[in-house]
Amino acid sequence: MKQYANVLDRPISKGKQEVSLSGFAFLFSELVQYNQTQVDNIAELERRLEDAGYAVGTRILELLCHREKGNRRETRLLGILSFVHSTVWKVLFGKVADSLEKGTEHEDEYMISEKELLVNRFISIPKDMGAFNCGAFVAGIVRGVLDNAGFPAVVSAHFVPVDGQQRPRTTILIKFAEEVLQREARLG
Amino acid sequence: MAAIYSLYIINKSGGLIFYKDYGSAGRMDTNDSLRLASLWHSMHAISQQLSPVSGCSGIELLQADTFDLHCFQSLTGTKFFVVCEPGTHHMEDLLKNIYELYTDYVLKNPFYEMEMPIRCELFDVNLAQAVQKDRVALLGR
Repeated sequence: MKQYANVLDRPISKGKQEVSLSGFAFLFSELVQYNQTQVDNIAELERRLEDAGYAVGTRILELLCHREKGNRRETRLLGILSFVHSTVWKVLFGKVADSLEKGTEHEDEYMISEKELLVNRFISIPKDMGAFNCGAFVAGIVRGVLDNAGFPAVVSAHFVPVDGQQRPRTTILIKFAEEVLQREARLG
Repeated sequence: MAAIYSLYIINKSGGLIFYKDYGSAGRMDTNDSLRLASLWHSMHAISQQLSPVSGCSGIELLQADTFDLHCFQSLTGTKFFVVCEPGTHHMEDLLKNIYELYTDYVLKNPFYEMEMPIRCELFDVNLAQAVQKDRVALLGR
């Protein structure tokens, strides 16, 4: 194996494609539990999980731009959305997201939906925590990717009840900043 | 037709953390179920001492004329036991499945406090499915 003088010259390896689901579940459970001890209310907890996800999003964007897209940069809204929906989801969760939709009520809203987020697979939210969703972590990842790609947005995770199904599905709601829409309109 | 009367899960100190009855035959009010749990915990511990053979890990099967009681103890001391009709087969497999569901939907839940009563929606849903599948498989045999 060729030895590199400078560690920065080493090629970025593909890495292990598979990680133990149980290992990840326990680690994520510990992350949530640790943050619970540090906060007083649920909104704070959600914000902390989001911030943790933001850090992941920043790094995954850099890595994937280099590895998957040959250092090309997305400049269009639909481009970056389909990048998140397909590439980022495939790398993080092993499958593309279930659906990508444009919001009907507002121009600046888009939704990525998933029947059940991987991070929520083993988690049952107690009744007294209301609408709290550990998917805030994933919302943070999406916000990290979008923010650093030049598309600032407010991203949140919501449970959406589905008729005929006991478990609600999860929707990641992305609300883009005004400047993004203006730039998009200028580009035509 | 062989069927389960009730399921109990007790923590390592003998406290009842989960109780579910299936049908009126196994039904008990809260106090009785708590009493039974600690009773079984003590009996299980005593049986380990009474055994003439060293290295005994406790009672696995109790057979009476109107019911059978199958017990599974995990390495951490959590006991899963099920009261069922005499002659029911494959209860050990069911108990192992329930243990797996416990490790998945209870232990990986960040909102579950160790040794406390189990209040996890996903555990209840998957447990119901497992018991139902077992019941259907039983009818098929």
